[in-house]
Amino acid sequence: MDETVLRGIVPGVITVLVRRGADFAAAEDAVQEALAETVRERPGGEEPVRDAKGWLITVAWRKFLDATRADSARRAREERVEGQPVPGPVPAADDSLQLYFLCAHPSLTPASAVALTLRAVGGLTTRQIAEAYLVPEATMAQRISRAKRTVAGVRLDRPGEVATVLRVLYLVFNEGYSGEVDLVAEAIRLTRQLAARVDHPEVAGLLALMLLHHARRPARTAPDGSLVPLAEQDRSRWDTGAIAEGVRILQAALARDRLGEYQAQAAIAALHADAPRAEETDWPQIVEWYDELARLTDNPVVRLNRAVAVGEADGPRAGLAALAEVDESVPRHTAVAAHLHERDGDLAKAARLYAEAAHQASGLAERDHLTRRAARLNARLR
Amino acid sequence: MAKYLLLKHYRGAPASVNDVPMDRWAPEEITAHIGYMNDFADRLRETGEYVDSQALAPEGAWVQYGGEGRPPVTDGPFAETKDLIAGWMVIDVDSYDRAVELAGELSAAPGAGGEPIHEWLELRPFLTEPPTVTE
Repeated sequence: MDETVLRGIVPGVITVLVRRGADFAAAEDAVQEALAETVRERPGGEEPVRDAKGWLITVAWRKFLDATRADSARRAREERVEGQPVPGPVPAADDSLQLYFLCAHPSLTPASAVALTLRAVGGLTTRQIAEAYLVPEATMAQRISRAKRTVAGVRLDRPGEVATVLRVLYLVFNEGYSGEVDLVAEAIRLTRQLAARVDHPEVAGLLALMLLHHARRPARTAPDGSLVPLAEQDRSRWDTGAIAEGVRILQAALARDRLGEYQAQAAIAALHADAPRAEETDWPQIVEWYDELARLTDNPVVRLNRAVAVGEADGPRAGLAALAEVDESVPRHTAVAAHLHERDGDLAKAARLYAEAAHQASGLAERDHLTRRAARLNARLR
Repeated sequence: MAKYLLLKHYRGAPASVNDVPMDRWAPEEITAHIGYMNDFADRLRETGEYVDSQALAPEGAWVQYGGEGRPPVTDGPFAETKDLIAGWMVIDVDSYDRAVELAGELSAAPGAGGEPIHEWLELRPFLTEPPTVTE
């Protein structure tokens, strides 16, 4: 059976078990076990089970009962559970939305919320999550079980804040490494699943944002792994299907007139996607969206990126003036200053700033990129 | 999440407050010190923040490419080497503040007289992968 299809039904199955009386932590464990057994015994390519969800529920429920019976200290719960009616047909309606809220609960640290979401909503194994975040499996197992203990008292029957869920999905999208599981694609899958369950313009905005950025991925890195900046990307390698879908979703969201930061960020990405060549980018409109974004969030990175856009729209001097308003401690401040001075023709200063920015860089590919910029300018200055 | 290296040097930093060489400690003080380090690692495993820890032998060789068709050149130790790395721990934490807090705890490991050593530990962030969203 297709593992992604199976994983897609995981949150629904957990929800059914919880509704039948299992607590969330035990239900989640049972579904993971059932999933592992299913993948083990029915490797891909076999004929699909007609009702995969009903089937996974049956296996998971049996796992849950086995675990409950094995634990004599939980006898009281066993009696309560066994008093439940025999499982009947599965309701078609999917009320697993509550699981998204639970796994992104504000009482969890961002890292715990990410891990729990990937396991309980995404259906990934602890090993896959550990690999994606480059930590030992035992560490990730602890992170997940602590997260489960933290939310143990939270009722599953009431909605939470959509914003907290979106923040977690954004984190998965933005900071995932590529291991066995592609976390960027996984974040899109989970956001798509969320968008199908909750009607909210910011959910649509985040999905559009992800699609529009994901569309550029084939052009973002050179074959040797080095970063290719937006202006130098081969735009013929952008995924036009993803762009079209992102733009369509964004337009529908914007039409509802409830602007939020993800929609504004997606609008900026859409304007970049809309330019056949970098020189044709509508920078004045991008600056307007950054102004909008700055009204919605106090994130200083927005003001930094706005300075870049101002530099493109009104020239490097204007960009430097906008940059002067941004706190120098904001990451990438020096890199932006270097870029604007280069465009202003002050190559010596730009080279010095690129080298300084490389020294401050928090990422390896970013550091290499900035070092190359500095080296290129220094070669021209010799 | 961000990964940090807690680097323990024998040399290269100012002397610690409780600066008595380990071989002058009472045997039970050494046991207490090692126990503290192990407990610290166990606690980080339990909080889901532990990545790795290793201790290094104090002496090693310096190795250099020897040129086309020649074996590598080994040399050292060099008298001018001021630094010596004793070992490290890698943690994966939510914030820089948490990393500082943990480094402070590790530096409180007991030494002579059961008093905290207050040794200097170097805290270095790992370089990360590029983010997906770039503007």
